[in-house]
Amino acid sequence: MNIEIDINKKKKPTPTVQLKICQFHFYYGAFHALKNINMDIYKNHVTAFIGPSGCGKSTLLRTLNRMYSLYPEQRAEGQLLLEGKNILEASVDVNELRSRVGMVFQKPTPFPMSIYDNIAFGVRLHERLSRGLMDERVEWALQRAALWDEVKDKLNQSGMSLSGGQQQRLCIARGIAVKPDILLLDEPTSALDPISTLRIEELISDLKKDFTIVIVTHNMQQAARISDFTAYMYLGEVVEFGETDSIFVQPKKKETEDYITGRFG
Amino acid sequence: MDLHKKRKLVNRIALMLSLGAMAFGLFWLIWILATIVKLGVSGIHLSVFTQMTPPPGSAGGLANAIWGSVTMVGLATLLGTPIGILAGVYLAEYGQNTVLGHMTRFINDILLSAPSIVVGLFVYTAVVLPIGHFSGFAGILALAILVVPVVIRTTENILRLVPNSLREAASALGAPKWVMITQVTIRASQAGILTGILLAVARITGETAPLLFTALSNQFWSTNLNQPMANLPVTIYRFAMSPFSDWQELAWAAVLLITVGVLALNIVARSLFKQKIVS
Amino acid sequence: MDKKQRHSPSPWGDFWFAQITRSFAIFAFACLAGIIVSLVIGAWPSIEKFGLPFLWTADWNPPGAKFGALIPIYGTLVTSIIALVIAVPISFGIAVFLTELSPLWLRRPLGTAIELLAAIPSIVYGMWGLLVFAPLFGKYIQPLLAKTLGQVPLLGKLFSGPTIGVGLLSAGIILAIMIIPFIASVMRDVFEITPPMLKESAYGVGATTWEVVWSVVLPYTKAGVIGGIILGLGRALGETMAVTFVIGNTNFLSSSSLFMPGNSITSALANEFAEAEPGLHTASLIELGLILFVLTLIVLSCSKLLLMRLSKNEGSKT
Repeated sequence: MNIEIDINKKKKPTPTVQLKICQFHFYYGAFHALKNINMDIYKNHVTAFIGPSGCGKSTLLRTLNRMYSLYPEQRAEGQLLLEGKNILEASVDVNELRSRVGMVFQKPTPFPMSIYDNIAFGVRLHERLSRGLMDERVEWALQRAALWDEVKDKLNQSGMSLSGGQQQRLCIARGIAVKPDILLLDEPTSALDPISTLRIEELISDLKKDFTIVIVTHNMQQAARISDFTAYMYLGEVVEFGETDSIFVQPKKKETEDYITGRFG
Repeated sequence: MDLHKKRKLVNRIALMLSLGAMAFGLFWLIWILATIVKLGVSGIHLSVFTQMTPPPGSAGGLANAIWGSVTMVGLATLLGTPIGILAGVYLAEYGQNTVLGHMTRFINDILLSAPSIVVGLFVYTAVVLPIGHFSGFAGILALAILVVPVVIRTTENILRLVPNSLREAASALGAPKWVMITQVTIRASQAGILTGILLAVARITGETAPLLFTALSNQFWSTNLNQPMANLPVTIYRFAMSPFSDWQELAWAAVLLITVGVLALNIVARSLFKQKIVS
Repeated sequence: MDKKQRHSPSPWGDFWFAQITRSFAIFAFACLAGIIVSLVIGAWPSIEKFGLPFLWTADWNPPGAKFGALIPIYGTLVTSIIALVIAVPISFGIAVFLTELSPLWLRRPLGTAIELLAAIPSIVYGMWGLLVFAPLFGKYIQPLLAKTLGQVPLLGKLFSGPTIGVGLLSAGIILAIMIIPFIASVMRDVFEITPPMLKESAYGVGATTWEVVWSVVLPYTKAGVIGGIILGLGRALGETMAVTFVIGNTNFLSSSSLFMPGNSITSALANEFAEAEPGLHTASLIELGLILFVLTLIVLSCSKLLLMRLSKNEGSKT
């Protein structure tokens, strides 16, 4: 599918491509889950994947940091070019890749350790920092995730002791502490209440200054509110991809329009 | 009598029998525990903990047997636990669907219920016979073989309760699998693994049969693991079977000590981790 | 953003960790193989000398160097059967009580109490059985049994003879108490996995509690219930100390009465092994151990396969 983006409409500079998805296919055993995906993920922008359950939006997201390689029966074909290098190649060190492509999950996943250690866990894997630098990094990550003020007095408490929304921000802080280039968010607010959801949404808009963000959501209003680009997926294919404004205001395809207006899905 | 009434009557009789079965089970528990307490308490004196096991017809204590039991159970646990945890980690994290995983799980479940006396025979033919004499070390080996399956089973079961999302979250930060296992999944299941270890300790504390042909017993204080070693269960066996009342009284005291220890371990283990992880 | 010097963890950590855990899994394997191999080697002189008739020869005569396993095998089987006959209905009753009747707040303490029966060491059962249970049993219960069941034709033969307390019947009863917790706990676990919908549908058409248990829960969990019973059997076959104390330890058997003392494989081992002469006597005892191990191996495999079948069915039904 060829995608043309109508950039001229707005007077924004052309964004740089951070991740290029080319002729990408994905299989769960014999099941062909993603078919010929072609898409660009732009640097310092928020890209949202929307579509009905089972359309493959989470699957696509989970290939971007090769999460699927935990499961031997899943495989991918095609190219995922991160700054020009195909990350699907066997020679790529997945652990190094994941330090550059972070991920936050549907349900908060605090590790069974202190708040401080939750943040430091990922950093320690990739960098040797002195105690002082580590303290700074932990504070920086918690500040960026808008959690610092709430937890600065209880960094030694278990991460499990926080509320659901706080846990999710802890997980975001943990993800950005590693200083990745891209942050993948897999329905990060689906398990949260509306107020926590709002805080996370504000956070996402703030974080895109430093990170490229890809978010999967089943909530169309959320996609409209926070994303710059939107891909509508259906049955393992990208039906339409473009700037969020144009997708939601004047979709080019009938299927997209049906989904967005609620006639389907 | 009409059908409805008959059905109700059958129901009531059946439920009464079920209540009776429960009472039957509790009856034995209470009777056994009451006897142990009644006969054991009168045998507990300070000398039990300070004096050696006596020759027939004279007074003495259980100091050497208590020391031997604690040493052997402790060392067997130290030996068996790491083996069990690592094998359990393999089953839960690497070998879920491998042939080795399935076979090991099957065999482990059999070892879990295999007669402990056979383990004693095994250690006898494999260790005692070649060395030429009974030894505390052989006893430790036999007990360790009994610890391993319990720890494997509980470790695997408890690791399987750790949600996959936690594993993915660790991987998503770029943690290699071994870091994910040692720092995240094992940490998330600490309480359960500890429960498994305590249950294993409880099990081997009372084991007699595997010690009969391995550690045997010793009338004297011994810290030499290369010599036969005194221990509570075998002492109970010898003293209880004897016609001497001094010995029998000491045997009851030993039974009380062991039973209290084992039941306490069980209760602590169960309160530490509420879910059932071993059957 | 700044490009940092990243050092990713070496892939060798993963490789070695996987290999180490794997080798310990193989260890469990090696244990089983080691047990079988060492028992076969140890038993070889006896296997060579007596061959298959070892299994049904009743003569056990150390001074005459003549050995046959019939009496211990008979004792093991008879005591285990007695234990099952008593333990199965009791365990079923306990499981029904714990899953259907008991108030919720009592379920956990009562379940734990029953499980504690399994935690009491077998040496304790043995000493208690010999010094407390057997004398009372011989004085009050055995005469009662002889007067009642002992008068029934045919069956009466089992309940006749001297009422001395120790013997096959006492051993069987002690074994029953010891295996009740195992069987009851498996039964309770499988009863609990019966889908509530299934039970509610039966209650919905007016079935009584008993009818739901008997015609819905039990058929649904059949494989698991049998698996639990066989697990109990496996335990009973291999139980040593409790049996050794109360079975009477004699290698002569002259009548079919359950009141008679006897011997089991495990009690023969416990009594004679440490003092046995090296050579044929030791080898024969090791062969007894081998027979016991093979027997429990078969029984426990059956139990495991049945329980696995149930959990597979459960998976496909939900």
